[in-house]
Amino acid sequence: MTALTTTAATTANAPVPGPAARPRFRSLRHALVLAKRNLIKITRTPEQLIDVTLQPIIFLLLFVYVFGGALGHGSQHTYLEYLLPGLLGQTIAMSSISIGQNMNSDIAKGVFDRFRSLPIARSVPLVGAVFAEFFRYLLLCVIMVGFGYVMGFRIATNPLALLASIGIAICFALAFAWVSVWVGMVVRSPGAVQGVMFLLVLPLSFGSNTFVQTSTMPGWLQAFVNVNPISHLVSAVRGLMLGGPVATQVGWTFAWIAGLLVVFFPLALRAYIRRT
Amino acid sequence: MTDLAIEATGLTKSFADTKALAGVDLSARRGTVHAVLGPNGAGKTTAIRILATLLRPDTGTARVNGFDVLRQPEKVRESVGLTGQFASVDEDLTGTQNLVMIGQLLDLPPKQARARAAELLEWFDLTGAAGKMAKNYSGGMRRRLDLAASLVGRPSVIFLDEPTTGLDPAKREDMWDVVRSLISDGSTVLLTTQYLEEADALADEITVFNHGKVIAHDTPHGLKRVVGGQRLTVRPADPARHDDLRRILAEIDGLGGRAPAADGRGTLTVQVDGDDVLPDVVARLRAAGIGVDEFSLHLPSLDEVFFTLTGTRSHDPEEVAA
Repeated sequence: MTALTTTAATTANAPVPGPAARPRFRSLRHALVLAKRNLIKITRTPEQLIDVTLQPIIFLLLFVYVFGGALGHGSQHTYLEYLLPGLLGQTIAMSSISIGQNMNSDIAKGVFDRFRSLPIARSVPLVGAVFAEFFRYLLLCVIMVGFGYVMGFRIATNPLALLASIGIAICFALAFAWVSVWVGMVVRSPGAVQGVMFLLVLPLSFGSNTFVQTSTMPGWLQAFVNVNPISHLVSAVRGLMLGGPVATQVGWTFAWIAGLLVVFFPLALRAYIRRT
Repeated sequence: MTDLAIEATGLTKSFADTKALAGVDLSARRGTVHAVLGPNGAGKTTAIRILATLLRPDTGTARVNGFDVLRQPEKVRESVGLTGQFASVDEDLTGTQNLVMIGQLLDLPPKQARARAAELLEWFDLTGAAGKMAKNYSGGMRRRLDLAASLVGRPSVIFLDEPTTGLDPAKREDMWDVVRSLISDGSTVLLTTQYLEEADALADEITVFNHGKVIAHDTPHGLKRVVGGQRLTVRPADPARHDDLRRILAEIDGLGGRAPAADGRGTLTVQVDGDDVLPDVVARLRAAGIGVDEFSLHLPSLDEVFFTLTGTRSHDPEEVAA
């Protein structure tokens, strides 16, 4: 093969000699490339960020000022301290609904067929989309804690514990997102994804220790609340922000994170591969 | 290694209650264009999706570039490019962002991915729109970007699913030039189309699909010999002269002895052996004082091809898969 320079028109698709060497961590790089795609898409329609920006602010204002007087025994500030860690757990679980919706509509547009025709791992488009969620969840945590501070919330521990609480909340949300991805792969329309996920997230987030102490609930509900993964997450976050023993609850939360990944990552991947 | 870039035998595929493919054989030699001709729903897209490893056939085998689509799908994906209504670019990304992303997914270092993107954008005359989101592209630009996206990895086998459907004639010619230059670079192209004219202009071989089956496979020359060559379509300016026109056309030599076919718009179409009968037709029309609104020489339409091959119109709802 000669190295003559010819016009682009005759060489645009001519084969080049020698296969490119396969870089290491290929699939990880591919997932990051596709995460970047998802982040670019968010900048095109910033409305996609409402559930991680305005929603936590509105929830904080509503719950603190509507229920705070009654539930905090007259002190909204007392209730804010109790509520904020719980609300972080609730809203971060809710914000994982959108990834399933987005992937459902993405598949209908044909972009995923392009990915399927490329020599990349089947899981890469899904993993890339979940990676991009990291930034949304981080934004949610920053806004929730930042706005909470404006309202008077203060941590009783140290900044390191605060970072740990945000880290554990993001890890949980990234694992929970796979439930949404799976639902996004098996139902027919983006609207249906929202319906199904809401049905799942609502009892999990309200049937927990987010808003009130578990001891005030009937026994059968306490049984549910005590095994609810969101309760474990909320207890862990609350302990890390306000103090108290956290090892058990952090352990349970990571057990749930592992369980969600082990069950829903393969389910989502299988549903994606089968979807035509 | 075989000289066939694509070889498929006995492909079948069913979806719920429809049989999309009912035993299809398809092959294409290296460096050639193979056209799959057929109406909507004939199974053309399903065949391409199977060959590009997006779908698994129910039965049958297929090899692309020497690799089995079921056993070595990864190898197949390394050597194919896919363009069609279904394999699309991301509308929210710019032309450059789309092509760079694909380059990086194909393991090109960022610098090379950007260089390849710029090269393809220039080749497809999209440099001016490189920074615009794909959703703001015109139909023709979008089609060129789709095609560019499938060429990032310099594939040796390229699948084009109806590359010109919906494009105006000038844009269609541009797309044909692109296909020809791909072939001159040594690639193999499998394209689907609803136009015999397109298959005739580009393909070395044509396979005609109907209801998931191959009903003809030939060279363009051979297929035209079967379905007849050019057609002459004439529409009188005065609808009252329809019968006079019919008489004149029926008298012309070289019409294959067929009666002129009428359609609902008042046109008459006859098969002609070549364009040398045209002066005679024109002279007779002038002598009879018949003015015309339409006078055209063209290849048979898909509908006419199907009528000749199957005895039914391609869109005939009465037709059932055997």
